Amino acid sequence: MVLFLIASGLSLIFGVTRIVNFAHGSFYMLAAYLAYTFTAVLPLGPTAFYVAVLLAALATGLVGLVVEVGLLRRVYRAPELYQLLATFALVLVVSDVVAFVWGRENKTGPSAPGLAGSVRILGQLFPSYDLALIAVGLVVALALWWVFQRTRWGVLIRAATQDREMVAVLGVDQRRLFTSVFVLGSALAGLGGALQVPRQALTNVMDTTIITEAFVVVVIGGMGSLPGALLAAMLIGVVDAFGVLWVPQLSLVMTFVVMAIVLIVRPWGLLGRPETQARSAAGAGTGGARALGWRWAAAALVLLVVLPPWLPRFWVLVLVEILAFALFAGSLHLLMGTGGMVSFGHAVTFGLGAYAAALLVQAAKAPMLAAFIAAPLAAAFGAALIGFFAVRLTSIYFAMLTLAFCQIAYAIVHQWYDVTGGDNGLLGVWPPRWLADPLRYYYFALAACAGGLAALAAVGRAPFGLTLRAIRDHARRAEASGVDVRRHQWVAFVVAGFLGGLGGATFVFLKGSVFPNSLTVAMSVQPLVMVLLGGVGALAGAPIGAALYTLLDTVVTRYTEYWQFVVGVILLVLVVAFPRGIVGMLERRSG
Amino acid sequence: MRRHGFLATLASLLLLSLTASAAAQAPIKIGEINSFSGIGAPFTGPYKQAVEMAVEEVNAKGGVLGRKVEVLFRDDKGQPAEAVKQAQELVSGEKVALISGTFLSNVGLAVSDWAKQNQTLFVAAEPLTEAITWSKGHDHVFRVRPNTYEQGRMLAEKAGKLKYTKWATIGPNYEYGKRAWETFRDRLKQLKPDVQVVGEHWPTLGKLEAGPFVTAILNQNPDALYVSLFGSDWLAFVREAQKRGLFQKTFVVGILLGEPEYIDPLKTEAPEGMLVTGYPWYDIDIPAHKEFVARFTKKYDHNPVLGSLVGYITYLSIFEATRKAGSTDTDKLVAAFKGLKIETPIGTISYRASDGQSTMGAWVGTTRVDARRGVGIMVNHEYVPGERVLPSDDEVKKMRSGN
Repeated sequence: MVLFLIASGLSLIFGVTRIVNFAHGSFYMLAAYLAYTFTAVLPLGPTAFYVAVLLAALATGLVGLVVEVGLLRRVYRAPELYQLLATFALVLVVSDVVAFVWGRENKTGPSAPGLAGSVRILGQLFPSYDLALIAVGLVVALALWWVFQRTRWGVLIRAATQDREMVAVLGVDQRRLFTSVFVLGSALAGLGGALQVPRQALTNVMDTTIITEAFVVVVIGGMGSLPGALLAAMLIGVVDAFGVLWVPQLSLVMTFVVMAIVLIVRPWGLLGRPETQARSAAGAGTGGARALGWRWAAAALVLLVVLPPWLPRFWVLVLVEILAFALFAGSLHLLMGTGGMVSFGHAVTFGLGAYAAALLVQAAKAPMLAAFIAAPLAAAFGAALIGFFAVRLTSIYFAMLTLAFCQIAYAIVHQWYDVTGGDNGLLGVWPPRWLADPLRYYYFALAACAGGLAALAAVGRAPFGLTLRAIRDHARRAEASGVDVRRHQWVAFVVAGFLGGLGGATFVFLKGSVFPNSLTVAMSVQPLVMVLLGGVGALAGAPIGAALYTLLDTVVTRYTEYWQFVVGVILLVLVVAFPRGIVGMLERRSG
Repeated sequence: MRRHGFLATLASLLLLSLTASAAAQAPIKIGEINSFSGIGAPFTGPYKQAVEMAVEEVNAKGGVLGRKVEVLFRDDKGQPAEAVKQAQELVSGEKVALISGTFLSNVGLAVSDWAKQNQTLFVAAEPLTEAITWSKGHDHVFRVRPNTYEQGRMLAEKAGKLKYTKWATIGPNYEYGKRAWETFRDRLKQLKPDVQVVGEHWPTLGKLEAGPFVTAILNQNPDALYVSLFGSDWLAFVREAQKRGLFQKTFVVGILLGEPEYIDPLKTEAPEGMLVTGYPWYDIDIPAHKEFVARFTKKYDHNPVLGSLVGYITYLSIFEATRKAGSTDTDKLVAAFKGLKIETPIGTISYRASDGQSTMGAWVGTTRVDARRGVGIMVNHEYVPGERVLPSDDEVKKMRSGN
């Protein structure tokens, strides 16, 4: 039921404002810590906890207000995805604020006074607090239902969820509507977080743990549908509770398997509706690809060839990392920039490439070159499989289905101890002796990754790339003019997989080992952030974003363990200053 | 960023050869990589404090080999790839003498493999996986803390003397959880052939939905439950188990659960009567240890946790090995670490030449709530030295033969 509270808030916010709010889990975490402190401080005896819950929810709503007015309003006019970058930066900032204020140690919160015991129903003990939570969830659901059916504000929200442009045309003040919805959504996340305190330990990673799950619930239910969220929360609750007992091997992915099945059968979730506006998710410009022409690329390449021998050894290795991420981000750019398909599971290509290379070298004792050929092929094969299902979906549903497949791949490498080494990973994947010197491996990586990026540029300009863009800008019109939309998207997915896998292979020989965390959500978010930071409007944004993010991260990490705060604040500044990414800024200057 | 790194290196080499005696006074640099943010972060703060204390103390006495010791802390963010990056920077950029630290097993393995490839000494402080010193072991890695196998085995020796025959287990679906159970179960069955296993539960690490698992365990009705949960999962499990009366019905054996890291956050909710491994810092009757606790508490205003003890011992070991080697040369340090004997606050420990595992042990005891301090403690505890549970050199050789 806590999950329902959080998911309903997330769903509301997305429904009306179209913001994919990664920071929703951060509000949840913040509220839990606030409730913990309020309970300890308030001199109210047993009622302190209940007052603290309400206060924490209100305070979180207030934080939501500040965030919406102070930050998000500034980026509404940017292409939609940049709000995602802003909320990601918020996640980083809030995470370190919590670590700084409350410490990194796990904390046990108070029990709920009067509800610490259990009730016997049909011979089984049920904790009273869990039953109370179900009641709270139902009350909130009913209250929301009443608001949406019976008040003018609620009607406006429903209208905005279905077609917000129409609502704007009718003269409704969008600003106020957006703000109020964001505040309500944040307060719901806060209520969920505060109510979770008696059931869970307080940790610094509560935010990332809950946010994926909340998205899963929202997507299964159908984005923007509250009854859907309720239904999905109950479904996931049951699956989480009993599925893991029936099929323990699947515990890592149970919810994602359910989501994948639901999305394959019902592409808009259980109770969602097809989206009325078939606009491109990326909203990227059309002429962007030419903004940074071949001259710039050639100049960069010359620098990358000439400079490294004079760099300290460590920075040569950082350059290799940047190259690997540049290709990884570039391959995602083909999907989200050129193709308008935002993937939340792109780590699957990187991870499959890395694992394929490592397995070949480890188990088959194959030479590195063979691994470099097989890795992208394996990743492309995986992408073909995933793409077959994914391209049938659009927008956030596409993103979440790719995430589900990535999570399934994660679970497989995590559980298949005999082959993948499980969570202890695969070790000893180093380049052969003739390439062991960092500088030599650097040039090898440069050849592979620059080659990969050049291939991406070529694909983007080829008739295939232009068709892909046409599909992005207007899928139905493209279809009407005889383009096989799905086939084109599928091929793009496979090409992106191939090159993402090449990036993964480059990475694994740099690090010498590979672990399941190369397939996590965090790894999928990384290229997304890089592409957005660099600018989704042109392929050049990917390497620029990769370089900027990696350098920022490398330098900041050395000086503070609160690197997330520093990186987050810098990202926020960049988002507000360059709402189209670095490339977008350069483009405007030059043009 | 040093753009003139090459020239600078040349120049410093020249200077170095001219003023060799001055260079001898330069500090000894040690690279410390640990999860100061990310999923290991709840446990590394008090570790770092003890490391800083050890370094201050040795420098106050004039350092090691007449040189001050300087520790460069780097954050691995709980990610193996990040740890490798930090190792590269520390060794190639900062020219540290050796790498030390790590908490998570996968991070420890990644750094260990990098150390093997780059012929750098790595002193693994806290990671628990046996693989570090055994199946993936090599010459350049040494490990301080007693590993999963040792601790599982210590518990089995005690549990084998108890009456319980119907066992169940719950642990994270990670190598740690699986191995913690297998080593315990296998030894228990040797000691008590009539033991039968009625249930194994492997929830996802960090995402335990405790209620259904507690119910399932109660329905299987075991006499005893072996728990390898830790961190937030363990805290959530305790809450749900108490509501459903699990601890009244079932005897619990918990690996690591007597460590202050895991028992302190529970305050007075800590389950009583569990058989655990841990660290009863408040009740160890060795003068040197009492002084260690006093110094730590005075300096930081809170009690040490196991990580603090491990951090302190790790750095005492590094200092002693450097003295024995008479230099910071890697080969000499590696040779010095093999068979190294050192005096620690908890007595003499040594590093085995066969696998680089230290003989530091753990305390096995029973939990109880100390109403006065308001936390769970261990009573009737006994220190089990590593020697008593570690496999012989021949067995180690077999395990390492695959490398």
